[in-house]
Amino acid sequence: MKKTLFDKVWDSHVVHKIENGPDVLFIDRHMVHEVTSPVAFLGIKSRGIPVMYPGRTFATADHNTPTINQHLPVKDPLSANQLKALEENSNAHGISYWGLGHEKNGIVHVVGPEYGITQPGATIVCGDSHTSTHGAFGAIAFGIGTSEVEMVLATQCIMQQKAKSMRINVNGKLSKGVTPKDVALYIISKLTTSGATGYFVEYAGDVFRNMTMEGRMTVCNLSIEMGARGGMIAPDEKTFEYIKGREFTPVGADWDKAMEYWNTLKTDEGATFDKEITFDAADIEPMITYGTNPGMGIGISNGIPTAESVEGGVATYKKSLQYMAFNEGDNMIGKPIDFVFLGSCTNGRIEDFRAFASIVKGRKKADNVTAWLVPGSHKVESAIKEEGILDILHEAGFELREPGCSACLAMNDDKVPAGKYAVSTSNRNFEGRQGPGSRTLLASPLVAAAAAVTGKVTDPRELMHEELV
Amino acid sequence: MAYDKFNILKTTAVPLPIENVDTDQIIPARFLKATERKGFGDNLFRDWRYNPDNSPKEDFVLNNPTFSGKILVGGKNFGSGSSREHAAWAVYDYGFRCVVSSFFADIFKNNCLNIGVLPVQVSAPFLEKIFEAIYADPKAELVVNLPEQTITLTTTGESESFDINHYKKDNMLNGFDDIDYLLNIKENIREFAEDTPL
Repeated sequence: MKKTLFDKVWDSHVVHKIENGPDVLFIDRHMVHEVTSPVAFLGIKSRGIPVMYPGRTFATADHNTPTINQHLPVKDPLSANQLKALEENSNAHGISYWGLGHEKNGIVHVVGPEYGITQPGATIVCGDSHTSTHGAFGAIAFGIGTSEVEMVLATQCIMQQKAKSMRINVNGKLSKGVTPKDVALYIISKLTTSGATGYFVEYAGDVFRNMTMEGRMTVCNLSIEMGARGGMIAPDEKTFEYIKGREFTPVGADWDKAMEYWNTLKTDEGATFDKEITFDAADIEPMITYGTNPGMGIGISNGIPTAESVEGGVATYKKSLQYMAFNEGDNMIGKPIDFVFLGSCTNGRIEDFRAFASIVKGRKKADNVTAWLVPGSHKVESAIKEEGILDILHEAGFELREPGCSACLAMNDDKVPAGKYAVSTSNRNFEGRQGPGSRTLLASPLVAAAAAVTGKVTDPRELMHEELV
Repeated sequence: MAYDKFNILKTTAVPLPIENVDTDQIIPARFLKATERKGFGDNLFRDWRYNPDNSPKEDFVLNNPTFSGKILVGGKNFGSGSSREHAAWAVYDYGFRCVVSSFFADIFKNNCLNIGVLPVQVSAPFLEKIFEAIYADPKAELVVNLPEQTITLTTTGESESFDINHYKKDNMLNGFDDIDYLLNIKENIREFAEDTPL
C-alpha cells in the first residue's frame, strides 16, 4: 500500500491498536517545561510509579523565565516555585534539566533541534501546542495536555486516534520580502484557525524544498494555528546537513543506520491524502494580522475585510475588531504601534535576527516604540554576537534580552499594557495574549523591523536594502 | 487523575455564543503558575469575567444569575490555541461537566476527555436551536445521555446524536483514565522500546 510520510512514522510507532478507539503510540522523545509538567509529576508520585525512560525526556525552563538579569533569583514567587518544581522533579527522576542560566537553556522548541534531540522519523511530544515545530525535520511532533505528559512519564506512550492527512503544496517563487512566516500566515488566512482541525499536515512543493531549516520550523510551528494536530516536511539533504554532528545526533555506524531509515521518509508516489490544497507562491505578500486570531491576516498593503466578506459569524468578527479598535476597510499601513517583539518559538532563531538586522541596519529605533528582542536560546544569543548582529542592533538603538518565551504569552514581566499595539513575530494574537488588554499584530521579522524603525505599520519592501533582496 | 463518572446529565446550560473561544480566554497564561491542580475554576474566563480591578463584568454570562447549569454551550471552534490542560481543568473546576459546540479544537477536546469533561459536538443548526431555547427560557434543560450518545432539548423534545469512540466512552462511564490502561500493557511497551533506539 502507498503510504504518506505521516503514515510511515505513525504506523511504525503503534504499540497496540484498540478497535474503535485510540492507538497506543510510542513516544521517542519527550520535552517538558515548567508550566505544564508539575501536575503530571505529582500524578506519578501519587500513583507511586517511576518515570519509565528518563533518558527520553528532556527538561528546559522557558515559559515564565525573566529575560533580564537571569543571574538573579526570580522575583515572582509563583514562577520561582514552578521553576524549582521542574528542577526538583528532573533531578528526582534522572531527567536532563537545562534550567535558567544553563548554557543550553532556551525555548523548548528552539533547543530541541539545536542539540539534535529532534530527529527525522521520531515521535516527539511536549505539553505545548507549538511542538509541531519539530515536524520540520520529518518527525511527528505535537502538543499534548498534562494528563498525557503524565502518560509519557509513566509509560512512554500516549493514546490517540490517528489524525486524517492533508497535504499543502506551495509552488513557485516567493516574492521580495516574503518570508516563511508570511507563507504560514497566508495559509492560515485561507484555511481559517479551524481549517485543518483533525488533520496532520504535510507541507510540500518548491517553496518548502527551497526553505532553510529555520524557515521550515517557522512554518511547522504555526500548523496548530490552523487547528492541525501538527505539520511535517519530508527530510532531505538540508535536514541531514543541519542535524549532523549535534550532541544527541547518532554518530558512526548508528548514523549510517539512521540514514537508511531517514531516506525512506517521504510520501510514496501515488499515496493519497484525505485533503490536498495547492497555493501559488506568487500570490503571497508580506502578511500582518488585524484581528484576534491568527486566521485574521491580510497582505500588508490590503485593507481590513468587511464582516460580510469573511467566513464565520458577523458578531464574533465585529467583537474582534472592536477589541483591536480597528474598522472594516481600514488600511493597515500607517497604523501607529507601541511595541515590537522579536522572538518566540516561531521566530526566535538566528535567521530571524539576521532578517530583523537587515532592515534596522543604518537606521534608528523609533522613539515611540518599546522593542523586546529575545533570542530563542543561548545558542542563538551567541550567534547574534558572533555574527556582528548585536553591533548592528546596538547602533540602531536596540537592546538584546536573554532567552525565553517572553512576551509571546507574557507569563513573565514582558507584558504589553492594555490598549497598546505590538507588532509581534510570535504566534498568537488572541485577546490579552501579550498582557491583559494588549493588541497584537502578528508579522514576520522583516515587518517587525520596519515597524520598529518607523513607529507604525510599514511595508518592509520599501526599506529593504537592495543587496539583501 | 480520577474524576466522577459520567452517565446521564440533565441540567440547565450556560450560553456563550462566541466563535473561536481560545484557551487564552478560557484561562489566561498568567494563571498557569500553580504546581497543583487547584482553584482554576476561579479564573475561568478571567478577563471576560472580571475588570482589571477584579470587580465582575456584569454583561458577562457567568456573572448573570439568570443562567446556570452544568453544561457550557459555546460557538464554533471552541478551545482553539494552546495545549494547556488548565483550560479543561478550569471548566471542570467551575462546575461544568459538559461543553457543547458545533466544532471543537483538537487538543482541547482530548484534554476534556482525559479529565472527565464531555465534549458534545452537534450540528450548527442544532447549536442554534439550543441557544434559542436557552435564551427563550433560561430554565430550559438539556439532557446529555452518554450511554445512548444523544443530546435532547427538553422544551421541544428535539434530539441529536453525537460521536465518541467506544474506548473513551467506556472511560467516561467508569471514571477510568488512560494511565490505568497503559500500565496494564507495560510489558508490551517495554518490548517495543527495546527495538526502538533512542
